[in-house]
Amino acid sequence: MNKLAKEITNTAGAVRARIQRKRKPTLSFPLRSLRNVSYHPRKGFFELRGKKKTRTLTVATVKTFAQTLRMMSTARGLVEDDEIMTKREAYYVSKNWDDARFDEQPESDTVIDDIEALFQVNREQLGFIPEEKGGEIAGKLVVIDRETDTGKELRIDCTKFGSGAYSIPISVEHLKFETKAKFILAIETAGMFQRLVKHGYWRKANCILVSMGGVPTRACRRFIRRLADELKLPVYAFVDCDPYGMFNIYRTLKVGSGNAAHINRYFCAPKATFLGVTPQDIVDYKLPTHPLKDVDIKRAKDALKNDPFVRHYKPWQDAIQQLLDMGVRAEQQAFAVHDLNYVINNYLPEKLASPARFLP
Amino acid sequence: MAKKSKKRAKSKTRTGQKVTKPKRSTTSKRGKAKSAPKPAAKTVAKKAPPRSATAEDMASRQREISVAEFFTKNRHLLGFDNPRKALLTTIKEGVDNSLDACEEGGILPDIKVTIAPGTADDRFRVTIEDNGPGIVKAQIPRVFAKLLYGSKFHRLKMSRGQQGIGISAAGMYGQLTTGKPVVISSKTSRNRPAHHYELEIDTQKNEPRILVDDAIEWPVERGTRVEIELEAKYQKGRQSVEEYLEQTAIANPHVSLEFVTPNGETLHYKRAAKQLPVETREIKPHPYGVELGMLIKMLHDTKATTLQSFLHSDFSRISMRVAKQICEQAKLYERARPSRIARQEADNLFQAINQTKIMNPPTDCLSPIGEELILAGLKKQIEADFYTAVTRPPAVYRGNPFQIEAGLTYGGSLSAEGLARVLRYANRVPLLYQQAACATTRSVLTTGWRNYALQQSAGALPSGPLVIMVHMASVWVPFTSESKEAIAHYPEIIKESRLALQECGRRLSVFLRRRRKAAESERKKAYVQKYIPHIAIALREMLKLSDRQEKTLVSQLTDVLERSRS
Repeated sequence: MNKLAKEITNTAGAVRARIQRKRKPTLSFPLRSLRNVSYHPRKGFFELRGKKKTRTLTVATVKTFAQTLRMMSTARGLVEDDEIMTKREAYYVSKNWDDARFDEQPESDTVIDDIEALFQVNREQLGFIPEEKGGEIAGKLVVIDRETDTGKELRIDCTKFGSGAYSIPISVEHLKFETKAKFILAIETAGMFQRLVKHGYWRKANCILVSMGGVPTRACRRFIRRLADELKLPVYAFVDCDPYGMFNIYRTLKVGSGNAAHINRYFCAPKATFLGVTPQDIVDYKLPTHPLKDVDIKRAKDALKNDPFVRHYKPWQDAIQQLLDMGVRAEQQAFAVHDLNYVINNYLPEKLASPARFLP
Repeated sequence: MAKKSKKRAKSKTRTGQKVTKPKRSTTSKRGKAKSAPKPAAKTVAKKAPPRSATAEDMASRQREISVAEFFTKNRHLLGFDNPRKALLTTIKEGVDNSLDACEEGGILPDIKVTIAPGTADDRFRVTIEDNGPGIVKAQIPRVFAKLLYGSKFHRLKMSRGQQGIGISAAGMYGQLTTGKPVVISSKTSRNRPAHHYELEIDTQKNEPRILVDDAIEWPVERGTRVEIELEAKYQKGRQSVEEYLEQTAIANPHVSLEFVTPNGETLHYKRAAKQLPVETREIKPHPYGVELGMLIKMLHDTKATTLQSFLHSDFSRISMRVAKQICEQAKLYERARPSRIARQEADNLFQAINQTKIMNPPTDCLSPIGEELILAGLKKQIEADFYTAVTRPPAVYRGNPFQIEAGLTYGGSLSAEGLARVLRYANRVPLLYQQAACATTRSVLTTGWRNYALQQSAGALPSGPLVIMVHMASVWVPFTSESKEAIAHYPEIIKESRLALQECGRRLSVFLRRRRKAAESERKKAYVQKYIPHIAIALREMLKLSDRQEKTLVSQLTDVLERSRS
């Protein structure tokens, strides 16, 4: 029996043993939130601190408790049979559970995340896979995959997608890479990615382009991480200049999230640095701006106060303060005000001239 | 009003009283009654208002009005405002008299009320029959066909009837609207034949006119039967005869009632208790409750020869020592002849009485229903989940001892919609009209029912499946009018009622909280039972358990969770 299946069985056994001793059974999970993570610059990612929440079986928790156990049983089946199930499918499977079924998918997702944290593994190891798309790649990279039916080696040249791109698969552990690129550029919006691909920027700058499409998915983060580790390439993030771009997208890419703190060690790219757009860029490049929204201000202040990553880096605190003082935000596409290809011809080359000045 | 009327009835034979026009009677009669001893002053005071009428003209129109004439015109004062209410009042007066008579005679009352269709569509024949001690032949005409004739007015004793108007007024109303006499049969002992009378009331003289005087065979041991035909309207619902009888049954669980409706249906209100109410003692008036005019009259009428012995013997709670104290306070000679105490001196005496500290009146004159019997009565007539009753210790208003009792029922067959139903009683008699004007209603309204887990809008009765009962027992219930529909707002009465209601409320809230808690835990249990099997299924799947092991787990888990209650 596989190790994970055994762990699940042991946990179930402990629950049963407590019931047999006429005690209320308990399950204890690491507390998944920003308040329970710490940042180690040497390790480079958010790590869980000791805090745990214990879910004791009571009248109030009996429903979630039952759902958690049934989902555990489902996971164990998946692990044993080496089967996979999307989170949406897991939600539909629960419809067999009469009163214990889930009414909405977010409920089942939370329970899956709980189980993941309980066993300190990622959900893919439990057999649960997400629906979400992993991100797109273009540039000087050869991905070595296998054919799903024959297992024959498959070399995918990411320069050969023309105006399209290579999609990062949901599981990236089995992939191997070959490249001669100098760096990885992780881009927030698909629009900007398209512009760079169309004009063959990767050829010009000798790099690999990654479209994250908002907050990078786990697969995307893992993919960038493996590229960075195995090919020893630097990672530069190019996102909007607003608190969302800085802390939801960039920070998650670099050190992981509070919610997935138990798996951050695999799912982040600690080597990433922040190319832009920085608040100073708004000034230097005279970018058109929008006023900060209330949620932006709240998010920025919250980051200053609670985010262990921000609290560790003085340059970030200064940048946020500058942004708050200016009271504005700017998007990647704002460079179009000067010229449609101003980004390619001026901004990126100028920034890439001195990567040492990127925000950490 | 009642007191004055009585004086009037008494003095009628002695003095011819005169009033300008009968029409104005209400106000002038009041003034008249008070000044009864010197009618001469009255006529003189009547100055000619405008125009050309001289004092002599007016004098020619001034003549006596009898009580009967007065009430013929003012029948609403006695509760005969409309045909529907007239029917109820007639039955009420008859039943009240029967109950008083039975209880005084130590007989468990068996009462039968019949309403039969009368000689025309809007007429009904009402018969009230009891198993009481009967009435001696000579008294029957005056009891039934003379207003303000009775045994209950001149004494301070707790009884249903107070004034001696009721049944004769009902007879008079019947005579007025249908022209039919009142028919009475009464038997006082098994060996004698029953007397049978048909009576009319001579409204001018307020004297009975005998139409038939017979002896008949009546196969009962003893009892009285009254038959009155009157213009009436029979209706069910609120303020109906049924409601009156039902409420009577609640407050008088020792009574057995039988009611035959005009449609021929028979309703039984069964007896729930075999003990009669405790026989009450008659008491003398307490000095604090006596008004100046009354005091003067008592001074005139007393048999005592000295002021001190008058005070001692004609009032309750005045010892010889206290009597002497009062005399000293009033600066009066204690051996003075009471009848000689002139008006000025009576005034002093009156003030002195109120300045002297006198013990509260004795309370053994009260006969409350008692908590146990209230419960029996409520349970008999109302199907509910919760019953409680409170009897307060006796208290005093204006020198009159009284006692408040409250009862409360909740849930069961009662409708959860709408406001609480309030049952009001005075000396065991249900009060059906003028609820808003009654002191007991006021006390229900001013009780904070929200403190007792009930809902109540500002200034309204509490809502919910609730019946609230308030009973006032007293030697003299202060009604707001002769029709005895509402109790006057004495602060002492309202306060006592509220205290009784609050105690009922506290008990109800204990019951309600306990019940809500039980319902809550029942709900929790059901909730838990929904999910426990799933925990067992999951564990069975993961640990490869047998069905029996799974079942054991379910029962163990149920045990663990139910023990915890959280």
